[in-house]
Amino acid sequence: MPADQLLELRDLRFAWRRDHADVIALDAFSLKAGERVFLYGPSGSGKSTLLALIAGLARPDRGGIRFAGTQLEALRGPARDRFRADHVGVIFQQFNLLPWLDVLGNVILPCRFSRLRAERAGSVQQSARQLLAAMDLDQAMWSRKAGDLSVGQQQRAAAARALIGAPELVLADEPTSALDSDRRDAFLGLLFEQVASAGATLLFVSHDTALADRFDRQVSLPEINLAGQAA
Amino acid sequence: MNLLALAWHSLLNRRFTVVMTVVTIALSIALLVMVEQLRTEVREGFYRSVSGTDLIVGARTAPVQLLLYSVFGLGSPTNNVSWSSYRMVADHRSVAWTIPISLGDSHQGYRVTGTTDAFFEHFRYGDSQALGFREGRAFDDLYDVVVGYQVARKLGYAVGDRIAIAHGGGNVSLHEHDDHPFSISGVLAPTGTPVDQSLYISLAAYEAIHTGWRGGVHRPGSGLAPDEARQQREQLVPEAITATLVGLHTRAAVFGLQRELNDYAPEALTAIMPGITLQQLWRITGVAEQVLRIVAALVVITGLLGMLTVLMTTLNERRREMAILRANGARPWQIAALLVFEAGLITVAGIVLGVLIAVGSLVLAAPWVLDTFGLAVGPSLPEAWQLGVLGLIALAGLLVALVPATMAYRRTLTDGMQVRT
Ligand SMILES: Nc1ncnc2c1ncn2[C@@H]1O[C@H](COP(=O)(O)OP(=O)(O)OP(=O)(O)O)[C@@H](O)[C@H]1O
Ligand SMILES: [Mg+2]
Repeated sequence: MPADQLLELRDLRFAWRRDHADVIALDAFSLKAGERVFLYGPSGSGKSTLLALIAGLARPDRGGIRFAGTQLEALRGPARDRFRADHVGVIFQQFNLLPWLDVLGNVILPCRFSRLRAERAGSVQQSARQLLAAMDLDQAMWSRKAGDLSVGQQQRAAAARALIGAPELVLADEPTSALDSDRRDAFLGLLFEQVASAGATLLFVSHDTALADRFDRQVSLPEINLAGQAA
Repeated sequence: MNLLALAWHSLLNRRFTVVMTVVTIALSIALLVMVEQLRTEVREGFYRSVSGTDLIVGARTAPVQLLLYSVFGLGSPTNNVSWSSYRMVADHRSVAWTIPISLGDSHQGYRVTGTTDAFFEHFRYGDSQALGFREGRAFDDLYDVVVGYQVARKLGYAVGDRIAIAHGGGNVSLHEHDDHPFSISGVLAPTGTPVDQSLYISLAAYEAIHTGWRGGVHRPGSGLAPDEARQQREQLVPEAITATLVGLHTRAAVFGLQRELNDYAPEALTAIMPGITLQQLWRITGVAEQVLRIVAALVVITGLLGMLTVLMTTLNERRREMAILRANGARPWQIAALLVFEAGLITVAGIVLGVLIAVGSLVLAAPWVLDTFGLAVGPSLPEAWQLGVLGLIALAGLLVALVPATMAYRRTLTDGMQVRT
């Protein structure tokens, strides 16, 4: 594997249930460090499933996931959880934040579960503030309950959280689909800036191909996913 | 620990449901603790009241009945013991002392007990404690009366006060022996037993105020004037008494004497050992206590099931919360631990609150127990086995939480990247 490869998937097979057909059947897929990749495909093609495998939330039935020198599939559950806590930031489509926790509390959440990220963040609180400011979230919002924020504000706070403690990889699963086009563009701009300044790699899932051009590379999941082609 | 802080925030967010669940459990615990505390306190109080007495002798009747009316003023005697039979008991070679008791009169709803100096000298309660005077002394003049601690406290009496004694029990009496005003010579120190709830006069005084009464009706002109009575004091010997408390030289003689008295040919007597009769009483009340216990236990189970329901309901609401925590690095066991921690906190808070409610209620119920049984009860430290039961309940709360916790654990493993709402 070339030195600048952050993630390399090989011969990957995965089905949610044993008796079900494979959802993912990838022969090869990789991400270079610092790359921003746009992953698209129709609904149900397995985009979220692929992210779950990369994040270590699900375990492949077969094949290998090599992430920053570690074979993820060989790790036991708890070790995968720790690996995710240390190295991966996650942004969902919506409902990213714990509504009963204030915004700052939500942003520092990964540092509660990963000492590595807490250390890399230095002062966790200060780092959270910087990221929130960088994501253009008004300071008055920081101590508000996350549930009080608008959807756009929540997504920006979620991005700040995904970036705190500088994880190597940020997985974003349709983070902009709940936003209108203006706010979507702004969000993407801010996200790119912060991903770049953290030196992170971004795997961005969407079926909104209008955004695709702004990424370094575009990947159509159905084209590489043999499972999708068979169906 | 950070996880606990999160659990705490999550709990605060659902504080209404959480508080209601805690209250539900608390009430069930309170019921359980109250039933037990009241039971042990009342039982102990009963034992305390008769601890120094070897035998109680009365007319032929059921042992429990004799015990209840002679010592606790519950129910009323149907028959008396003749003075000659009493003398026979008092003069018996095994007998160290006797305390004769004549009942039937009352003052403001409190019993008036006719007795002798032997009462102040020999009566023992609790841990072999003798009676003491808070104020004044035993009766000397024929019309002296000694009042129990609670009587003096409730009615505001002090030494030197003059009072009238009513014929018959009950609060409102048509016939007052108002031609025989009594003077308070002493107030007893508190004992926490029915002793506190009675007034004491001499047997001679009892006899004096009843001369001229037949079948509960006063025949005018036939009574004794106070001064007349004082002069005839030596002759004022009752024909009969209600019962007598008996103390023996050696406890070993108690079975023999009991049999002897129960077989006494000239008069049908009942001699009981208070401790044994109390056990008979507990066998009777035990059924009701058992039912109460079962009810209390069922209520506790209901409380825990209520918590399970609440946890299961929130589980659906919290699926999102769990997916978020998981995506940000929480391990499945940590998510299960959140639920177990929450249930543990709810159960322990419920138990603590429940015990407090029970203690509060017991304090509130104390005056009622005092009025009804003459027993001073108060919250006592829970016994080891009661603490054990509370511990088991806490454990049951944690076990109950394992159900939603396992479900949450499984879900977080299969939800993948989805945030379901
Ligand atoms: N947690 C899960 N448990 C069982 N089956 C799942 C789970 N998540 C996804 N699937 C199934 O896997 C297949 C791929 O779903 P996935 O969510 O990966 O698609 P997607 O490309 O992300 O779709 P969308 O664009 O709608 O989000 C679907 O058939 C779905 O039913
Ligand atoms: Mg998806």
